Amino acid sequence: MSTTVKEVQIGDVGAKAALHSDEGKMTLNVGPSHPTTHGVLRLMMELDGDLITRCEPVLGYLHRGDEKIAENMTYNQFVPYTDRLDYLAPLANNVAYAITVEKLAGIELPERCEAIRVLVCEMARISSHLLGMGVFGMDAGAWTPFMYTFTEREKLYSLFEELTGARFTTSYTRIGGVARDLPDGWLPKVEKFVDELPKAIEEVEKLLTRNRIFLDRTEGIGTISKEDAIAFGITGPNLRASGVDLDLRKDKPYSGYEKYDFDVPIGTRGDCYDRYLVRIEEVRQSILIIKQVIASMPKGLWYAEDAKKIFAPPKDKIMTSMEELIQNFMIVTEGPQVPPGEVYFEAENPKGALGFYLVSKGGGVPYRLKIRAPSFCNLSILEKLVPGHMLSDITVILGSLDFVMGECDR
Amino acid sequence: MIDEDFVKSLLNGREFLKLLHQNDCLTLSCEPQHFVSFCEHLRDQETFDLLVDLTALDHGLEADIRFSTVVHIYSLVHKSYIRIHVDCMDNESPSVPSISSIFPAANWHERETFDMFGINFVTHPNLKRILMWDDYPYFPLRKEFPLAGIEVPLPAADVSEVTGAAVDPAPMMGGPFVSSGSSRLSQAEPRAKDESWTEDSEKPL
Repeated sequence: MSTTVKEVQIGDVGAKAALHSDEGKMTLNVGPSHPTTHGVLRLMMELDGDLITRCEPVLGYLHRGDEKIAENMTYNQFVPYTDRLDYLAPLANNVAYAITVEKLAGIELPERCEAIRVLVCEMARISSHLLGMGVFGMDAGAWTPFMYTFTEREKLYSLFEELTGARFTTSYTRIGGVARDLPDGWLPKVEKFVDELPKAIEEVEKLLTRNRIFLDRTEGIGTISKEDAIAFGITGPNLRASGVDLDLRKDKPYSGYEKYDFDVPIGTRGDCYDRYLVRIEEVRQSILIIKQVIASMPKGLWYAEDAKKIFAPPKDKIMTSMEELIQNFMIVTEGPQVPPGEVYFEAENPKGALGFYLVSKGGGVPYRLKIRAPSFCNLSILEKLVPGHMLSDITVILGSLDFVMGECDR
Repeated sequence: MIDEDFVKSLLNGREFLKLLHQNDCLTLSCEPQHFVSFCEHLRDQETFDLLVDLTALDHGLEADIRFSTVVHIYSLVHKSYIRIHVDCMDNESPSVPSISSIFPAANWHERETFDMFGINFVTHPNLKRILMWDDYPYFPLRKEFPLAGIEVPLPAADVSEVTGAAVDPAPMMGGPFVSSGSSRLSQAEPRAKDESWTEDSEKPL
């Protein structure tokens, strides 16, 4: 078989756009593949010298149709797809999705399962914030903090690997429980990690928090007012940095978060620097939560025992008992049976409130699953936030918003 | 918290509202012509000011009312969500009023809903596609749209003019979720194949 190779001339998008600019203003195209944009975000900006006068974000370069895919597979089959939403905190996505379906199915989970989920959620938060902080420093011109935070993330990934079998795409939850119990000797390792982590955060803080250059680049830049933050539906650390006290772990506790004692850091000015400070403090609070979970880890089962048509029974029972074998067969072939109805659940994820709106008509496949991605909503303010800033502020503003395009485009 | 009194006072004198259920949060259905003013009332008088989600439902080709939009609004005071269903009357060219003037957050959500379902949000300032490209001809989340996709021209017309390339549907053979129905399982399975070990040749020792 022979193929003909043709040469194609593709015009430069930026150059084409620049032709249409008016009165000395220049159109600058950043992305979709650019180190600043942390993925495949594309910004069309109108510049007057170095001043940005207009900014239009263009999305969709990572659109995979997750919501369509969800309508065509059983509930458990969709768990791996949730890994790929906010791929910096897959465990937290797994948990949010599982709780949504369980709410509709009306399943009560044992205490141990809830504690495990809180534990992995907070570990995911630390992992995500470590990356967010490190990369933010890099965006502002400081390379070294990134190295410190990534060393710590590497340790977290090793712990994730031991727990779930995967470093990155964990797929740890099932509807009605988690995939497996905690391995022997795993909790002491987590405890050792969180004991050592504050030292590393201190190192990062020493490098950044009172660094003159870092302060000059972040203070008073990208300020989001309280009113704007609420109006644009911003959630998570970005909202709290603007001074709004909204943390779903406190306000609408799920998975037993009400049992643990922690503070919710709130910013005052809502600029890039405040968003950085809020994230640093959230890592410290997560460490506190993890210590409490480990100290009070309940014994018992890691899955809901009464969820006969939803959670597959343990392997040894499948091999020895007829009823459990049939149960497992039905769950694998037809999916977990969820009653008709609709439910909306939001979890406080590292990036903000990750919401799932689930409509079921019964059976093992969702009728509609809408994913409310925090990064999508957080980015919608760019059109208003960016104009009036200098071009060099773009990197800092994008870095401080800490978004993930996998989640934004779905 | 949201209690019976709150629900009663909210419904009182508003015939355009209907209480659907309160299973996970207060769920109302609202007539389209009163939707915008009701949202304004919720934001200004009832502290429901954080619009968290706006999406749509496709009830299927046979349904009397095929499309409805669903809004979730959070109140920082009540610490609770409210869900509003708004039916789109016209099944062929569905439309609802836009609430992006009341909640700026709705701007992108409405663009996405238009992109995926083809629902026209009247008075939206900039209603164009957000996830798919501008000239994309279909609405992917409608129920009649196939999972594998439909062949469409490339977004870059100048490239497809020369190459004749198009955006193809997902391949069925070895593609996601679909077995090709081949007689040999090893050929149908979507995974890397070890050619030295098939049904025809024995496993090497």
